[in-house]
Amino acid sequence: MKRFSFAVAVAAMGLIAVPALAQDFSGNVKARQGQFRILAINLGILGGMAKGEMPYDAATAQAAADSIAAVSMINQGPLWPQGSDNMSMEGTRALPAIWENQADLGAKWAALGEAAKGLQAAAGTDAAAIGAALGAVGGTCKACHDAYRAPES
Amino acid sequence: MRLNLVRRNVIKTFLVLTISVGALGWLLTGASPLPSDGFATLDSDATRGEAVFWAAGCASCHVAPGTEEADRPILAGGQSFASPFGTFHAPNISSDPVAGIGSWSVADLGNALLRGVSPKGQHYYPAFPYTAYTHMAPGDVADLHAYLLSLPASSTPSQAHDLGFPFNIRRSVGVWKWLYLRSDWVLQDAPTPELERGRYLVEALGHCAECHTPRTALGGLSQRDWMAGAPNPSGPGRIPAIHPKTLNWSVEEIAYYLETGFTPDFDSAGGHMARVVSNFARLPATDRLAVAAYLKALQ
Repeated sequence: MKRFSFAVAVAAMGLIAVPALAQDFSGNVKARQGQFRILAINLGILGGMAKGEMPYDAATAQAAADSIAAVSMINQGPLWPQGSDNMSMEGTRALPAIWENQADLGAKWAALGEAAKGLQAAAGTDAAAIGAALGAVGGTCKACHDAYRAPES
Repeated sequence: MRLNLVRRNVIKTFLVLTISVGALGWLLTGASPLPSDGFATLDSDATRGEAVFWAAGCASCHVAPGTEEADRPILAGGQSFASPFGTFHAPNISSDPVAGIGSWSVADLGNALLRGVSPKGQHYYPAFPYTAYTHMAPGDVADLHAYLLSLPASSTPSQAHDLGFPFNIRRSVGVWKWLYLRSDWVLQDAPTPELERGRYLVEALGHCAECHTPRTALGGLSQRDWMAGAPNPSGPGRIPAIHPKTLNWSVEEIAYYLETGFTPDFDSAGGHMARVVSNFARLPATDRLAVAAYLKALQ
C-alpha cells in the first residue's frame, strides 16, 4: 500500500512535466495555496488540542485529521504547471527547484500522506497522541519547505 | 646642503611613516589565535557535545547539498553561499583526518570557532559565523570537538571559495575582524539564568542574527537593527524580523514553532529555517523557551 501510494504520487508529480499552454496560472496557484490553507486550519484545530488551548474532542479531532488526509490525496500535478514558480510569476513562493526534482517532490508529498494516516489513527485516542502524530506531519511540511519554498517577501 | 637636509628628513619621515603604517596594517590583518594552553585541561564529553552541535546548527551548512536529515550527519561540505563578495563553499568538517578536521586538537577547533583562525594561522571568511561562536564557552568547544570526531568521515575534498579581488586576500579579513569581531553581548542585561541561556543560544550557538539582522556595506551585522529582518541571502524574499516590535507571538508560540515548525496559524517553516527548526527540535524544551524569553527581552 505504501509503495502503491508512493508510485501514485510520483506518477501524479510527473504530470508537471507536461508543458502548459495557458500562461495565466493564477487559478492553479490559488488552488494549491487553498489546499495548504485547508491543511493549516485543520492542523490548527489539532494543534490547539495538543497544546491544551482547546478541549480535546474525539469527533472534531477525527474530522480534522480526515480532512488533512483528504488533502494529501489530491492529485498535485495539475496544480503545479511548469512556469508557475516564483522566478516566473508573482504571488507564489514555489522555487524553480520543484520542477527539477519531481520524483523527490512526489516522495515528499507521499510522506505527508503517510503522516496524515498516522494522524487519523491518533485522533481518536487523546491530545498527547495527537501531539506526537502532529510532529510527524510537521516534519513532512518542513522537509518540502526546506528545499522548495522561498521565504516570505 | 640645506636642501639636502630637508630632502633627507622628508625621505626619512616618509620611510618611517610607510613602515609604521605597513607594520600597523600587518598587525591588523594578522591572525590572533588563542593562548595555546587554554583548552588543555578541559574534559570533553561527546554526549554533551551533541547538544552543542545541534544548537550551533553545524549540520545545516556542512552536510552535502540535498542531504536528507540524519541523526549522525556526514559533514562533507559542499553547500554554496552566494554573497556580494563572491560565493563561499562550506568545507568538509567531517572526522576524516585529511579532508576533514579529524586531526584537529580542541585548541584548533577553539581557534576556528572563537577567533576565526585556521590551524595554519589563516583567517577564515565570516561566512563561517565565528562572530557568534566567539561567545562560546570553552567547555562547549571541548565537548563539540569530542562529538564531531565521533561522526562519520568523508574523504570529499573541500572546494575553494570563488571570490574576487580584494576579498580573495585572506589578510583583508583581519581588518574586517577588527571592525566586527566583538566579545560583548548585544543584549547586555540577562538577569535570569533563563535569559542568560537564551542569549547564549541566540547570540552564540544559534547565530540567529546571521540571517535575521541586516548587514552593513562591508558585510558586518548592523547591531542597531538587531533581529529587524534582512534580505534573504540566498534568493528572493526576506528573512523576517523577530524583534518584539514586529513579532507578536507569545513565548509559548515561539517555543512551539521551534519545536514543530508550525507558526501560530499553522503555516509551516520554510527554507533554511526548516533546518533550524529540525535542530532546535532536538534540544530540551527549556532551551526553546529560553530562546523565546530572549527574543521577548529585546527592546
